[in-house]
Amino acid sequence: MGRLDVRKTHKLYIDGAFPRSESGRVFPAEDSNGQVVARMSQASRKDLRDAVRAARGAQPGWAGRTAYNRAQILYRVAEMVEDRREAFAAQLEVDGRDRAAVDAEIEASIDRLVWYAGWSDKFAQVLGNLNPVAGPFFNISVPEATGVIGVAAPEEPPLLGLVSVVAPVVVSGNTAIVVPSGRWPLTAVTFAEALATSDVPGGVVNLLTGFKDELLPWLAGHMDVNGLDLDGAPSDMVGALVDAGAENLKRTRTDRTDDWWAASAQSPYRIAAFTETKTVWHPKGR
Amino acid sequence: MSSPVLVESLASPVTDRALRAYLGSVPSVDDVMVHQRVAALATRSIKKESKRAALELAVRMTDLTTLEGQDTPGKVRQLASKAVRPDPSDPSIPSVAALCVYPSMVPHAAPVLAGSGVHLAAVATYFPSGQAPGESRVADVRTAVEAGADEIDMVIDRGAFLAGDYVKVFEDIVATKEACGDAHLKVILETGELGTYDNVRKASMLAMAAGGDFIKTSTGKISPAATREVTLVMFEAIRDFHALTGRRIGMKPAGGIRVAKDAIRYLVLLHETLGMDWMTPDLFRFGASSLLNDVLMQIRWLDTGRYQSADYFTKD
Repeated sequence: MGRLDVRKTHKLYIDGAFPRSESGRVFPAEDSNGQVVARMSQASRKDLRDAVRAARGAQPGWAGRTAYNRAQILYRVAEMVEDRREAFAAQLEVDGRDRAAVDAEIEASIDRLVWYAGWSDKFAQVLGNLNPVAGPFFNISVPEATGVIGVAAPEEPPLLGLVSVVAPVVVSGNTAIVVPSGRWPLTAVTFAEALATSDVPGGVVNLLTGFKDELLPWLAGHMDVNGLDLDGAPSDMVGALVDAGAENLKRTRTDRTDDWWAASAQSPYRIAAFTETKTVWHPKGR
Repeated sequence: MSSPVLVESLASPVTDRALRAYLGSVPSVDDVMVHQRVAALATRSIKKESKRAALELAVRMTDLTTLEGQDTPGKVRQLASKAVRPDPSDPSIPSVAALCVYPSMVPHAAPVLAGSGVHLAAVATYFPSGQAPGESRVADVRTAVEAGADEIDMVIDRGAFLAGDYVKVFEDIVATKEACGDAHLKVILETGELGTYDNVRKASMLAMAAGGDFIKTSTGKISPAATREVTLVMFEAIRDFHALTGRRIGMKPAGGIRVAKDAIRYLVLLHETLGMDWMTPDLFRFGASSLLNDVLMQIRWLDTGRYQSADYFTKD
């Protein structure tokens, strides 16, 4: 007797767990020929609400970790992606690329994770400062995490784009609610599995597969979200999302990245975009 | 109920025999059905307008509570202001039912609440353990009432109840009720320490017969505190007591109710068990502290269509 297929149920990633959408909805993930290759959970506004609550709960603890520890954990994520190369390759190939091309994307993604892991205990030195002041004081500015950040990942490349927007947000101690590529959503779930096995605390990264036009307005309007990275948002939505985000003065990044493979797609200024500068005056004495 | 006992025969001083006959007539509780009914009612879908009304009712039914060793006069005054006007940015939000504090804090809260219609409840009788001699417990109540409390939350002697000394528990409540004068008496059963639903039902019947105006689940210092299951058991006891005597006793679940969704589930349970007559702050209260902010956040979410953040509501 033949063995029955055990097919993977592609779920959301919220608070370190893999729930189905509370709405019970699914949407088809198609390959480049329009063939359905899997059915994905379609996140609803209530899933998004739950994800924000999880991110808020996880944020102080994550920001309270030492920079050294966050670096270790991000490096661990890179290791886990490395470990899942076969799974990622099979899921990336559905867009019609050959194995060499998808291997290149996986390697670039791993390298990018390692690159941002390295920045964890360095960005404060580069972005912070000892300010000259007219008095006997040390005047020190340090960047600190903004809080809970909503992230729209680009549609393509699905894995490299996702990694490139998530890593700089969380490395500084933010937590994130991420809406990954809607056209190529498969790798997002596998990436979530890499996160879940990397000592990334539950709630630090929450991945909601679904439709950006449905989810992003709720994210932009949510009063408990402190920042928005709209790099991967549909360009015709950006204006309205910025407006909605203004209600609670969200720190909003609207830069568009043309080439996710370029060296310029990784930058400490992406980390800086979601930090707040704290300045401390300390008496110097004579 | 089998062989209903005339509650009038239980006038103080009560005999052990009369009390046992009364409590012996209390039927036992079917645990499985309690859980099933609570679970079934929790799935009720509440439409938006009803939800808005329920949330506002929940505000009006709240006993805003602070019972910490670290309570200061300043904190109590601040919370009293919040009791009068829960959301400073929205005057349409009604005041809560009462502020609930330790007796020593009553003099600090009373001037802030004066004339606002918000009741002032004090936990007395050596809350939360109740482990003190009878005269000290009564003196605690008198002090609170003299200082301006118009509601008293007393704790029963769980040790005596579990040991079967029902007369002591009964006479304690009678003495406390007498010391209350005009103040309303809420009797805390501390259901988390009673062990079984049968005990909860018996303690409820005992507290009501002894003269409690309200029965209340918990002090909030013991886990589990209020659960919907134990609340249903107490609702049923209240219904039985009403059938027996015609008296309407109030109910106050306290401790562990933190989110608006949970509060609405309690209101569904109340409506389905005791009906509209009990859907009033005179007969139902939530003992809670953090619940209020969540209810306010849900009201604003319904009004604005934006999910809210704790950053924009007062910190207690």
